[in-house]
Amino acid sequence: MKIYVPLDSAAKALGADAVAAAIKAEAAKRGLEVTLIRNGSHGMIWLEPLVEIDTGTGRQGFGPVTVADVPALLDGKMASLGPVEEIPFFARQTRLTFARCGIIDPLDLADYEAHGGLAGLRRALAMSGPDIIKEVTDSGLRGRGGAGFPTGIKWNTVMEAEAVQKYIVCNADEGDSGTFADRMIMEGDPFTLIEGMAIAGIGVGATKGYVYLRSEYPDAINVMNQAVKLARQNRLLGADILGSGKAFDMEIRVGAGAYVCGEETSLLNSMEGKRGEVRFKPPLPALEGFMGRPTVVNNVISLATVPVIFEKGAAHYADFGLGRSKGTMPIQIAGNVKYGGLFETAFGMPLGELVNDVAGGTASGHPVRAVQVGGPLGAYMPPAKFDTPFAYEEFDGQEALIGHAGIVVFDDSVDMLQMARFAMEFCSVESCGKCTPCRIGSVRGVETIDRIARGDADAIPLLADLCDTMTDGSLCALGGFTPYPVMSALTHFPEDFATVKEAAE
Amino acid sequence: MQNPTPAIPDPEIQAVIDKDLHLEGPLLPILHGLQTTFGHIPDTAIALVAAALNITKAEVHGVMSFYHDFRQVPAGRHVLRICRAEACQAMGGKALADETLASLGLDWHGTTANGAVTIEPVYCLGLCACAPAAMVDDKVIGRVDKARMDTILQEAGA
Ligand SMILES: Cc1cc2nc3c(=O)[nH]c(=O)nc-3n(C[C@H](O)[C@H](O)[C@H](O)COP(=O)(O)O)c2cc1C
Ligand code: FES
Repeated sequence: MKIYVPLDSAAKALGADAVAAAIKAEAAKRGLEVTLIRNGSHGMIWLEPLVEIDTGTGRQGFGPVTVADVPALLDGKMASLGPVEEIPFFARQTRLTFARCGIIDPLDLADYEAHGGLAGLRRALAMSGPDIIKEVTDSGLRGRGGAGFPTGIKWNTVMEAEAVQKYIVCNADEGDSGTFADRMIMEGDPFTLIEGMAIAGIGVGATKGYVYLRSEYPDAINVMNQAVKLARQNRLLGADILGSGKAFDMEIRVGAGAYVCGEETSLLNSMEGKRGEVRFKPPLPALEGFMGRPTVVNNVISLATVPVIFEKGAAHYADFGLGRSKGTMPIQIAGNVKYGGLFETAFGMPLGELVNDVAGGTASGHPVRAVQVGGPLGAYMPPAKFDTPFAYEEFDGQEALIGHAGIVVFDDSVDMLQMARFAMEFCSVESCGKCTPCRIGSVRGVETIDRIARGDADAIPLLADLCDTMTDGSLCALGGFTPYPVMSALTHFPEDFATVKEAAE
Repeated sequence: MQNPTPAIPDPEIQAVIDKDLHLEGPLLPILHGLQTTFGHIPDTAIALVAAALNITKAEVHGVMSFYHDFRQVPAGRHVLRICRAEACQAMGGKALADETLASLGLDWHGTTANGAVTIEPVYCLGLCACAPAAMVDDKVIGRVDKARMDTILQEAGA
């Protein structure tokens, strides 16, 4: 009998390690022969720890499982969820990037290959650099880190640059609240990221890669380090990738708790051992990146999507989506929701369907009041905007952004003035300090919102003015986008900013 | 009050530095190495790191102070990080953090009088679908409520 207990940190945070230990102990006590596999998470976090049992007739899910449930679980007396892929939240998804996550043992390369792994790399190894770039361009893949820049164009710039050394840098700094897709894929299917980076390296002519992984993710760091070691032992990395004669190797670098280091130039400074200050652009990192050399900087999900594009073909990927938002997006649904987790789907599903239908509304049972999309720099959307399709241009048209596709749901207990204040406070805590609108503007922003809270109506136009200055004058999107949550809160929830005087009138 | 930490011999510090000198961009890995080994970055390490990398002490200090992770004095025996970010706030994270700090009589970054626990803010642990979230040393904890927080603090000896 095979038993699967996720090693994903969300599952662990809900007791998966203790459940795994209890299953082992109980099985030993009964003399049961059990193979315990620590898989990734299927992404249905409200069901974690989600245990699966396979007695030879397919995997049956159970969850959430507690230590106290384990005897009943092994007696076959616990109610089953049925096969995981038939649970509605899972069944409605289109899993391309996350196809293997939750299914395989993340550190079993044979399991990885048996589920389509390495097919993309093998195909890429037989292709020329320009053909590899063309495939990525044709897929329509855009950067999943937030800016949505076409990946093929970025790779082309690096391919065409001449240098003794080029680099692939994976941005695994995932600092946005409400996001965990990078973490989940690194913990649940790390070879996908390694394979994607290798394809990028071969495509642009870079032989060295780095993953800049935030220190807040000790479990992901651990899995990635083990995966890199295994990949090297199995010649998936090294001087002669899969016997092709082509070289690519990589290392994991750990961040040090600075949100701004997710910004690509700040990240490169950090990797070089400098303060994580944002650099002026140009020069583009594609031309002068790590150590001043041509560098591809891509988000984890961008790179981890590359293998399936090469496995199934660019056209297959590009067939999904809406308009210029092609393919699928692993959407992360979090905060006050009934069914929170990772939901990969083609671009275009309306926001309201994701919130009310897929996520089942709030966990508290209260009405949904606001939804922040795209992390701490993303706008707050009121239910009136719930028909907005989840895609780049469509959100842009609503003065909002999808960013790294985190959705944070709030019920009617939220105080939107406080959320606006938090956005400014966060900006002031995390500002790298290089430009004034961000460094000073955010501090003034907190003060101005406090004035509004004290009933000073004159401070409202001042706040709008300050936001304009931050938008226009900041060096990067930290100061430049903090006005999104602030102004969206003010615009869509003016009642929370009603001054004491007005309220009394 | 914590006991003053005994000085760490230079050769021990040097050994940690030397381990990562061959890397491209070795400073962050070295600082992490020092903090993992000694629990903080000893004052005496700054000159040694500067010399090893051929940069000024001010540069080392500037880098160290930029990042929230690095500490110049040892933390308590355990570090409890409580998430302050939006998804956790949506699930009552702010009240939980406020209550926890008040019950310990601490502010953020404070350490309990017995030296058992230091409380740090953190902005997202990637556990946003099982909020509010916290982390004790390297151990993640989700759906933290008052009862679970009491257990965490008790186990940590606060
Ligand atoms: C303040 C700030 C934080 C950012 N954080 C991240 C991050 O954590 N992860 C990420 O991939 N991109 C982040 N970005 C975006 C990066 O600058 C960059 O656009 C991205 O890594 C490029 O990769 P992509 O094209 O694959 O998205 C951030 C940008 C800013 C301004
Ligand atoms: S916001 Fe708290 S874990 Fe993500």
